[in-house]
Amino acid sequence: MSRPGFVLEVDRSTPPILFHHGEGFRLEKLPAGSRVVYPAEPVAPLKDPDAAIRHALLNPVGDSQPLPSLLHSGMKLTIAMDNQAVPLPPMQRPDNRQRVIEIVLDMAAAAGVDDVELIVAHGLHRRMTEPELRHILGDRIYDSFAPHGLLTQHDAEDHDNLVLVGRTEQGEHVELNKRAVTSDLLIYVNVNLVAMDGGHKSTMTGISSYRSLKHHHNVTGMQHSRSFMDPPNSELHNSTWRMGRLLAGAVKIFQIETTLNTDTFPSQFSFLQKREWEWSARDRAAFLATSKSLDRVPPRMARSIFHGMKSPQRMTSVQAGEVEAVHQLTLANLHRQHLVPVEGQADVLTMGLPYLGPYNVNSILNPLLVMCLGLGYFFNLYRGKPLVRKGGVVILSHPTRWEFHPVHHPSYIDFFEQVLAETTDPLEIEKKFEEDFATDPWYIHLYRNSYAYHGVHAFYMWYWGAHALQHVGQVIIVGGEPRAVRRLGFKPASTLRDALEMAEDVVGRNPSITHIHNPPIFLADVT
Amino acid sequence: MRVPVRARFPLGKPNWPSSVPRPALERRTGVDYDTDWARKPAARVARAVIVDDVLRPALHLIASPTVHGEDRLVGLEAPAIFVANHHSHLDTSVLLTSLPEPFRHKAVVAAAADYFFTTRAKGAMSALAIGAIPMERTKVGRRSADMAAELLDDGWNLIMFPEGGRSPDGWGRAFRGGAAYLSLRCGRPVVPLYIEGTGRLWRRGKKWPKVAKRGEGVHLVFGSPVWPEEGEDARRLAARVENTVAALADEWSTDWWSARRRAATGTTPGLTGPSGGAWRRAWALDADASSRSGRRAWP
Repeated sequence: MSRPGFVLEVDRSTPPILFHHGEGFRLEKLPAGSRVVYPAEPVAPLKDPDAAIRHALLNPVGDSQPLPSLLHSGMKLTIAMDNQAVPLPPMQRPDNRQRVIEIVLDMAAAAGVDDVELIVAHGLHRRMTEPELRHILGDRIYDSFAPHGLLTQHDAEDHDNLVLVGRTEQGEHVELNKRAVTSDLLIYVNVNLVAMDGGHKSTMTGISSYRSLKHHHNVTGMQHSRSFMDPPNSELHNSTWRMGRLLAGAVKIFQIETTLNTDTFPSQFSFLQKREWEWSARDRAAFLATSKSLDRVPPRMARSIFHGMKSPQRMTSVQAGEVEAVHQLTLANLHRQHLVPVEGQADVLTMGLPYLGPYNVNSILNPLLVMCLGLGYFFNLYRGKPLVRKGGVVILSHPTRWEFHPVHHPSYIDFFEQVLAETTDPLEIEKKFEEDFATDPWYIHLYRNSYAYHGVHAFYMWYWGAHALQHVGQVIIVGGEPRAVRRLGFKPASTLRDALEMAEDVVGRNPSITHIHNPPIFLADVT
Repeated sequence: MRVPVRARFPLGKPNWPSSVPRPALERRTGVDYDTDWARKPAARVARAVIVDDVLRPALHLIASPTVHGEDRLVGLEAPAIFVANHHSHLDTSVLLTSLPEPFRHKAVVAAAADYFFTTRAKGAMSALAIGAIPMERTKVGRRSADMAAELLDDGWNLIMFPEGGRSPDGWGRAFRGGAAYLSLRCGRPVVPLYIEGTGRLWRRGKKWPKVAKRGEGVHLVFGSPVWPEEGEDARRLAARVENTVAALADEWSTDWWSARRRAATGTTPGLTGPSGGAWRRAWALDADASSRSGRRAWP
């Protein structure tokens, strides 16, 4: 039985607390009276995931029929799936998507379906490489479909292969992948890492175009998503739900969603899963050996060590059928693992940012992604109200090097160098610069033919933090490269003590402090 | 002059007087060879060293084995019965060295009692090096089945070649029911495997193996564990396992999706090849090998 998450009140006897710090760690002594939110321990995984998948496909929820009765000879079947952005870190083989799709294809083979195509629903993300595809789909699927051109990656700039399904009452364009929309059945297979993922958002971001995405990926939408990890209170989700319902009226969709437990780190990093006072001699030795050696190797090598790590996360649930009914069950299963009750807000919120976010798998967590991970993802890991009060201070811990992956993030470099040099105001950035970047032919060329994120993606990273930027009074980054931190519009500090002193200038003396001990991931239920 | 063959009594053994009846000899070879000692800790450590540090590097040099479908075993708990098609003496070593943990170091191999255990020295070598246990294959006997079942119940994984011996002509033979019987009796799954290419390197009748040329290494495809279904008898389970191995062979020679479609329509090519004269089978095997490797088996 796994123990639930809880809030620790720090006193003088509390040991130093672990902060993730990019490709490294810091142990920080928090002032007495601070609180630390610990995630729940990993819940028990499904004993027989394959049997659970079969059961879900044969007993769908909502008004959907069992999958075998939707499959017949002569039909056109498209299977779309999430890309490498989930789960984090990439899970050990076999991935949930491989397990699900193999069983779906087995059923399709039994029904005599010949016309099958697989689409990676990566939206405006970069295309996946062959090893990445093999990792999430397995060699059997890859070798069966990729050589025949039947495993494709969605191209949001291939206008010949996009179809305008219609417009919602609010005027939102629903423009999607032509193959998916013209299929007799569209099956979507996801990995629901956090509550933001899944539901109609899967199709509305994964296989849509910039024209569609900009209706919900915008500053106003994000400022009114409180938080985007809580779909009923998220404008991002309201918009995607409206658009998704329009699509569901035009195409038969069979959604398959899976959830994971939070067994995030492999055994050599198991101390990262534990509460500090429960570290054994072995954990302490592992921590010391790891952090000392990481300090001594070049960042590039440390990065490759971390990105080689595959997480032992296991499937905790699988549900299939009609999109909304499925997603409701998914959220309940996610909450079973993630929710941690927290009372009240703090003046200062501290967080240690790890080496990885959804947009830098096998890549670099550049300063823009540091902002997105801290103020976008971690800040929004709440339900109810933010963990920090309005006008409070957020302290992030990360090396924040002025460093970008030139292949994956070309438009980020220009965004950082040109746009942020002028302004950090999301609304102004959106108004003045977005269109140019989104329609730049060079970025479009790189997105379509290389492994680059779309030109506009850098903007979305900034918008992801728009709600936090509007809410907090100051952001401080501990241990970051000062010029990169200043370019983001934040304040650099060399130690946590310095950062807390700087925070006092904004929130007053003896502030209340909450630290989130994340990852493993949790969702704070703040009352 | 006659050379004495052995030392005379008292240096050598005395003769047995012909007038005195001989007591029945206790057979200590063949299926009666006792392999208990080979599962004691010291022998297991020695075997782990032989498998990991001798057989594995040697096989890597000779056969360059590549493993596919290992992910199908994720979550499977030991013990299990591993069955594969059988073309060569290399099969056992390839399979044993490719098994993932926790299966590899707690595995016994069902070996032909009339081949591997004909002398005590041969039996000892087989038992120590690969964990062989003697299996009767020329007649139906309870003894070897009981021993295998006891070992499975004790948590030992069992490796079997249900064709009953190496292929005489390159094609497979019908699976016998032993593995299926044990699966039903002990309630453990059968893991089907398809081994490709060992026959090319060391086929039956050859004294020594050849070294694999570049790109012609051995491939081993793991299948999903097959659990006995309710009310299923050994014959049907054996047939199902054989079909699964055939589907794995099909998957290897084409691709997984095509193989699944053929399996769904019952058109998976069999392992046993076409019926007819020996030359026609050899001809078909040549065609089959060419389609897979692009290389002609015939000159």
